[in-house]
Amino acid sequence: MSTAIGNTIVSLPDQSTARLPKRNYINNEHGLLSWLLTGDHKRIAILYLISITFFFFIGGAFAGLIRLELLTPQPDLVSSDTYNKFFSMHGIIMIFLFLVPSVPATLGNFLIPIMLGAKDLAFPKINLLSWYLYVIGGLFTLTALVLGGVDTGWTFTTPLSTHYLNTHVITTAMGIFVAGFASIFTGLNFIVTIHRMRCPGMTWFRMPLFVWSHYAASLLMVLGTPVLAIALVLVALERTFGIGVFDPTKGGDPLLFQHLFWFYSHPAVYIMILPGMGVISEVISTFSRKRVFGYTAVAFSSVAIALFGFFVWEHHMFIMGVSNYSALVFSLLTMLVAVPSAIKIFNWAFTLQKGSITFETPMLYAFGFMGLFTIGGLTGVFLGSLGMDIHLTETYFIVAHFHFVMVGGMLMAFLAGIHFWWPKMTGRMYPESLSKLAAVTTFIGFNLTFMPQFILGYLGMPRRYHSYPPEFQVLNVLSTAGATVLGVGYMLPLLYLGWSLKYGAIAGNNPWQATGLEWQIQSPPLTENFVETPIMDHEAYDYEWLANKTKHEVTTVG
Amino acid sequence: MDNAITSTGMTTDPTLYPPYTPAVHEEHEHAVLPQHRHHFETEEQQREAGSFGMWLFLLTEIMFFGGMFFAYLLYRNWYYEAFVVASNQLSVPLGAVNTAILITSGFCMALGVWAAEVRQKGLLVVMLLLTTFFGFIFLGVKADEYHEKYEKHHIPGASFSTAMFVNPAAYGLKEDPLSPDMAQKTQIFFFLYFAMTGMHALHMIIGIGILAWLTLRAHRGDFTSGYVAPIENFGLYWHFVDIVWIFLFPLLYLINRHPLK
Repeated sequence: MSTAIGNTIVSLPDQSTARLPKRNYINNEHGLLSWLLTGDHKRIAILYLISITFFFFIGGAFAGLIRLELLTPQPDLVSSDTYNKFFSMHGIIMIFLFLVPSVPATLGNFLIPIMLGAKDLAFPKINLLSWYLYVIGGLFTLTALVLGGVDTGWTFTTPLSTHYLNTHVITTAMGIFVAGFASIFTGLNFIVTIHRMRCPGMTWFRMPLFVWSHYAASLLMVLGTPVLAIALVLVALERTFGIGVFDPTKGGDPLLFQHLFWFYSHPAVYIMILPGMGVISEVISTFSRKRVFGYTAVAFSSVAIALFGFFVWEHHMFIMGVSNYSALVFSLLTMLVAVPSAIKIFNWAFTLQKGSITFETPMLYAFGFMGLFTIGGLTGVFLGSLGMDIHLTETYFIVAHFHFVMVGGMLMAFLAGIHFWWPKMTGRMYPESLSKLAAVTTFIGFNLTFMPQFILGYLGMPRRYHSYPPEFQVLNVLSTAGATVLGVGYMLPLLYLGWSLKYGAIAGNNPWQATGLEWQIQSPPLTENFVETPIMDHEAYDYEWLANKTKHEVTTVG
Repeated sequence: MDNAITSTGMTTDPTLYPPYTPAVHEEHEHAVLPQHRHHFETEEQQREAGSFGMWLFLLTEIMFFGGMFFAYLLYRNWYYEAFVVASNQLSVPLGAVNTAILITSGFCMALGVWAAEVRQKGLLVVMLLLTTFFGFIFLGVKADEYHEKYEKHHIPGASFSTAMFVNPAAYGLKEDPLSPDMAQKTQIFFFLYFAMTGMHALHMIIGIGILAWLTLRAHRGDFTSGYVAPIENFGLYWHFVDIVWIFLFPLLYLINRHPLK
């Protein structure tokens, strides 16, 4: 037991002779234009990585400002209007410009073709177009921000957004509309690639679970996002021309907007979390040296989450005056989503059982994910039950709930994935001890930030206010202190990952001794990924196959 | 859509890739098409991927229009009388003629796909031009109908007038007058009418733009040497736009003919 801790499976080539491969996707071509006009899925992934990191830190800055304002009960830092803009911009940027594209557009883009044994995604130009749409959407949002922001909240709820606010609603909505098409095209590309581009022998049940979870998330992107698009178009039309579709004085129904909005935006949380679950499956398997327990169940649970995800949207509207009978049905369906989610958590736990576990940084983040996502998921069941929801909705409880899922879950998974595949993407290792420190810092900071918010919400502190009764101050100070620690935890990777680009140890093909096809090729990969089309002749996560393969293999790099 | 499938101009230098060996196609006799993209193993795979991608894109379009159909369903149930009276203001003959024109346009498109498959360049170009022509006729009729709504103050917004529905006799209509409250709801109908037919027309305008480009390329002979994927995929798109109209026509124009009335 105790000997397992501290042991690692890291197998780096002899650093005195190790060299990066002469020819790879990074040095294949030079110049800015070769990046901006590329069709290579790996380069597009890097473009996405840079842009979402940019938006993550903008969104994070707003989070910092929110927590700073909430340090004291009095409204002393900013006016209430400005505060409204803070949390609106925080939500809009983090959800539409960071979380939705986070894992799929970076890691998914980079890895899915390689994991399937393909040379590229099915439509490289559409892939590039999707990045440009994302950037245009981001620019619209930044424009709205610079012009004075928007204060609808990220939900654009009518009639607030259509009749009462005089901020830059249409500019922001345009940005999200455009960025939505980036997401649609990414999903479309993934689905076609997974159906049509698998290499010989790569059957559906030999695909890595990372690919399965992206398949499920892509279905949601393709089916859900257009509904958000039309909802935003209708808001823009209502604001501009007063057409009446959401205006009760003309017979329109504001609730219709919420139905359309949440029909996308609930599945959207699964768009955000499912790719993260794919990362966790890969990481847990690699660092326990075991095939994922119940592969088929985990694969199908992704699809089940996607399917159920489309039939629970009304739980965002329980207190908005929907019919009691439909609320009952939606409450039951909401509980059902817990089943496939629990299947995943239990299967990961059983994967760990009797595995040869090592504690590299990605694994630490993955452990963080499992614990925090479980708490986030279970509190979701609280909110799905009708009676509890009336008490807890629109309080800090709900804020804590979705931050546990989105930040504790998805962001942990994103960082796990970035660390896990960093050697593959760049050819170099990140500094292990520093990154472990960052992982632990993030975990501590996260819990300190959001655990008090559960209590605050249960005690009745409403969300979206910039002042609160003085008795809530202790918990709010804890939360703000935690946010500071969390901020440090997120700054660290930015610094040492940047450092590692030049000074990190050369990683070699397969530093983790993982089984995926992506680890059997050079790091960083060739532009065409494979020298010749691979043939998949074993199951996914087959460590015996890997052991046989590497037994007589001399690892040379350079 | 088509752009990504058809163009050969990759930014990465194609000479860097190992030369494509047509292992599968050696048994067949045709040469590798110049439009074959390096990252597909076979042309068959490329063609299937393109067509599958197009179907998925149409699925997203269905969801996009679905939002408006859902709004229609809701408001038609709530404000049925207003919807009937407002729908009577639409011209059934014009709508019916337009339906026929659009189906003809779709038929020409289908013939165009066939012409590309049997490699008849002249016929393909003629069919694409005819498809475009009927598309323009449809849009012309639609514009005429919009203009009539403008004259009658039936465009939702500040200038919208319910006078015709509150006091139909003054306009020489034989309808029963609506209460002022219900008459307000006709605006919802006209909003849906403009949003749905407008979004449909927008798709046609985009389609006509792509048609012009396809016609030029067809004239150059791009699609009559065995490479028909762009024509096929555009055909799918055009038929989808037709089908949307097949739903819009009865839902908007023929409410009065509904048996439950």
